Amino acid sequence: MIEIKDLSFGYGKNHILKNFSACFEKGKLTSVIGTNGSGKSTLLKTIIGILAPDSGDIFVDGTSLSSLKCQDIAKRISYLAQGKNTPDMTAFQMVLHGRFPHLNYPRRYSQKDRNIAYDAINRMGITDYADKSMASLSGGMRQNVYIAMALAQDTDYILLDEPTTYLDISHQLHLMKTLKSLAADGKGIITVMHDLPMAFNFSDRIAVVSCGKAAVCDFPENVCQKGIIKDIFGIDLNYSPEEENYYYRYNHP
Amino acid sequence: MNNFMKSCKNRKIILIYAAAIVFLAASFFIGIMLGSTFVSFEKIWQAILNPYNAGSTARIFWHVRLPRICACLICGAALSVSGAVIQGVLANRLASPSILGVNSGAGLAVTLCTALEIYGGWRLSAFSFLGAFASVMLVSICSRKFGSSRGTVILLGVALNSLLNAVSDTIVTFNSEVGFMSNNFKIGEFSAVTYQKLLPASIIIIAALIVLFTLTNELDIITLGDDNAKGLGMNSGFMRTLFLLLAALLAGCAVSLAGLLSFVGLIVPHTVRRIVGNKSSQLLPLCAIIGAAFVALCDTISRTLFSPYEIPVGIIMAFLGAPFFIFILIKGKGGHARD
Repeated sequence: MIEIKDLSFGYGKNHILKNFSACFEKGKLTSVIGTNGSGKSTLLKTIIGILAPDSGDIFVDGTSLSSLKCQDIAKRISYLAQGKNTPDMTAFQMVLHGRFPHLNYPRRYSQKDRNIAYDAINRMGITDYADKSMASLSGGMRQNVYIAMALAQDTDYILLDEPTTYLDISHQLHLMKTLKSLAADGKGIITVMHDLPMAFNFSDRIAVVSCGKAAVCDFPENVCQKGIIKDIFGIDLNYSPEEENYYYRYNHP
Repeated sequence: MNNFMKSCKNRKIILIYAAAIVFLAASFFIGIMLGSTFVSFEKIWQAILNPYNAGSTARIFWHVRLPRICACLICGAALSVSGAVIQGVLANRLASPSILGVNSGAGLAVTLCTALEIYGGWRLSAFSFLGAFASVMLVSICSRKFGSSRGTVILLGVALNSLLNAVSDTIVTFNSEVGFMSNNFKIGEFSAVTYQKLLPASIIIIAALIVLFTLTNELDIITLGDDNAKGLGMNSGFMRTLFLLLAALLAGCAVSLAGLLSFVGLIVPHTVRRIVGNKSSQLLPLCAIIGAAFVALCDTISRTLFSPYEIPVGIIMAFLGAPFFIFILIKGKGGHARD
């Protein structure tokens, strides 16, 4: 479990996270939602150690994050950033780099690392374009490669910052199903989402971030019933029992 | 990837490396043999067997050709690898030691050393490195601090280049002692290379190259961007500074030996990328081999074209390199030409 206690972070006087507390469980897909600038991406960057918190602490399976080195954090948590460069390398090389945290100096990939990368590629069903350059792949293909890289990293937790951005609806659905199956395999998936129905339909937990605080972290149905979505986003999120689907209506002014 | 494709790819890489090594060996021997005086293979062999022979051929071999060709090889390798590293770290294919002001920083340091009468191989290399490192760090810090785009980084380098060259020119204008070396130094040439200058620069360059060849996976990962690199457990800030430091060390030492050799740090990495791709473990060693051979070949042409007169090697490099570079850019259009 990733346990966050009274976490605060800011750039100078601009406080982004204010005494944020929440728990993210293994084996669950948790979507982090909130308005733009509420601190969702900052939260993920603080969990992975890219940003150092001003106060508070983060525990990963009982170990304080502050006591771990970058490499040790990367052995426990993988992170797929929001704005990813398109690197000049093949999909296979990209996935193989997921093994980087497990290497010691002089950091050369072994046959075992290659086998793990092949397994991740097979798992994601991307063998057909494993030899292709990343630059030649579509956004959806690239996202699959990044997730294969996270699988090769072989961590208990995977953090994703807006993974469905730039993907068409079929790729979005495929991605969410993949994340759901990874959670079912025991991995803790924490993903920042903007598409509320998508987040509520696929997630085991919903964490709502508002003004740098965790407004709530609960089952999707509980979050929906509390009316917090209306307060934060100004929309009515509803559940249709017939279609077993969350949806929202936008009333034109 | 099936095994057949993998073995074909490996065979292709081996063939490319073999061809590059033959090119390097050919450039070396041609460089030793040709010049204002032709030195045959037998005479070279005799000079090697009798190093204390006072004959003119032995003296030409040991005291003129050998240090000069070694300097060409060392500088070519250093500037090419330095260019490839800077391009990777700054994620900018237009970057090179000469364009970003790294060479000019080293050049200013060498000009200052000459003006202040600070001589000696080690001191010259050290000051040259400091000048190069200060320039590359300035560009890197500015580009990161202000979130500069790729184009802005280049413009920043161009501005810094002009400023540093203006300072160098001011020193040259007011100091006649420095004036004599100014022109050839700016274009780049190897006629003034001595063992005293060559030894310290070579030791530093070879050490920096060895360190860089062990850090090729790190260089690949840094191209994924800061956040992703950190997500993979890399201290990207430290690694970026280390790479720039090593690149500056290479460029600085090369400038202390040969002056402001431009172009080689840009065209060799570009050409090699088109041959073996962007994987640093294949790119950097091949850049070193091709860069070394290219500069040695250009230097031989510069010595022999108008023999007994010689023209600075920088001129030959520009004449040969520019059309070839334009050719590969046009030929590769739509291939790797993304930047």
